[in-house]
Amino acid sequence: MAGGEVLRQNLPEKLEESPSGANELHVLAVDDSLVDRKVIERLLKISSCKVTVVESGTRALQYLGLDGDKKSSIGFDSVKVNLIMTDYSMPGMTGYDLLKKIKESSVFREIPVVIMSSENILTRIDRCLEEGAEDFLLKPVKLSDVRRLKDFIMRGEVKEGEKRCCKRSRSEDCSPSSMTHPCDSSLLSSLSSSSVLSPLSPSTLSSKKSRL
Amino acid sequence: MDKVRLQREAAFIRSSLLDQGYLDEQFIQLEELQDNDNPNFVEEVVTLFYTDSARLIYNIDQALLSNPTDFTKLDDYMHQFKGSCSSIGAKKVKNECNGFGEYCEVQNYDGCFRTFQQIKQEYITLKKKLETYFQLLKEAAQIK
Repeated sequence: MAGGEVLRQNLPEKLEESPSGANELHVLAVDDSLVDRKVIERLLKISSCKVTVVESGTRALQYLGLDGDKKSSIGFDSVKVNLIMTDYSMPGMTGYDLLKKIKESSVFREIPVVIMSSENILTRIDRCLEEGAEDFLLKPVKLSDVRRLKDFIMRGEVKEGEKRCCKRSRSEDCSPSSMTHPCDSSLLSSLSSSSVLSPLSPSTLSSKKSRL
Repeated sequence: MDKVRLQREAAFIRSSLLDQGYLDEQFIQLEELQDNDNPNFVEEVVTLFYTDSARLIYNIDQALLSNPTDFTKLDDYMHQFKGSCSSIGAKKVKNECNGFGEYCEVQNYDGCFRTFQQIKQEYITLKKKLETYFQLLKEAAQIK
């Protein structure tokens, strides 16, 4: 069985089924600029992501069901978002404010949040990363940025699936001749040499800074 | 006018804009987002830029006419405008914006005013060149 097939079968339900059947990442993009919304939407769609674009932090919270309106506990089930990308400088609620609100939510705090900004200000970047932002992208955002993010998120989803996959397959396949495990694909081995996007640690923070 | 000639003219305008620094790699990035399903993406973004930024330009003009001058507002509008320029790869216009920001910071009204006239000039120059460029592409596409 090819590694790709094994992974696809074990991807958790968190990834939405698109009409074509392929598992899709759902990204919520937040930006007050009309031009930037159009561009980020296209960047994400061309990267095969499902996209929801909103113009403000307030709208983003409304979409997620975090706006304080009395909603039933189905809040999480009704909206499945795998990644939030938000502009930093927005009137009213900044991207930083939005980040804080999301990280304060027990329901949504696990969703990776990426901050986008046209300004390369180290203190701003630090603040965001310390508040739990997954990454900080300098605008204009490029296709390579989106692809890298998507790979990172997908790997995160795969890690969850891999745990289940390995437990299942190892118990089935006891033949000594099979030295390679279905999960030992190059995709998973690259996890150890992952780039900037790894759990936050002092060394990771400094590598993110140096990359910028 | 034959198709190849029109395409060549369009390509020439495009290279000049890139070589002379009117446009930068971001414009090329936008081109990479274009495909058969979205064949006019770049033109759509550029059109959106010009319609949307017209509002910002008006706001800046008005703010420059107000007394006393609200430099915070000016800086804010300019920040938005500059961001949009950056998003379409409008390099020259974007660079002029930096000068404006500096004058804003030291609350130099004359500097702001003069720089803004230059910004508007570059903005209009680019608009005309891009209009010609997209028009040529359109005409070429209509020929079998």
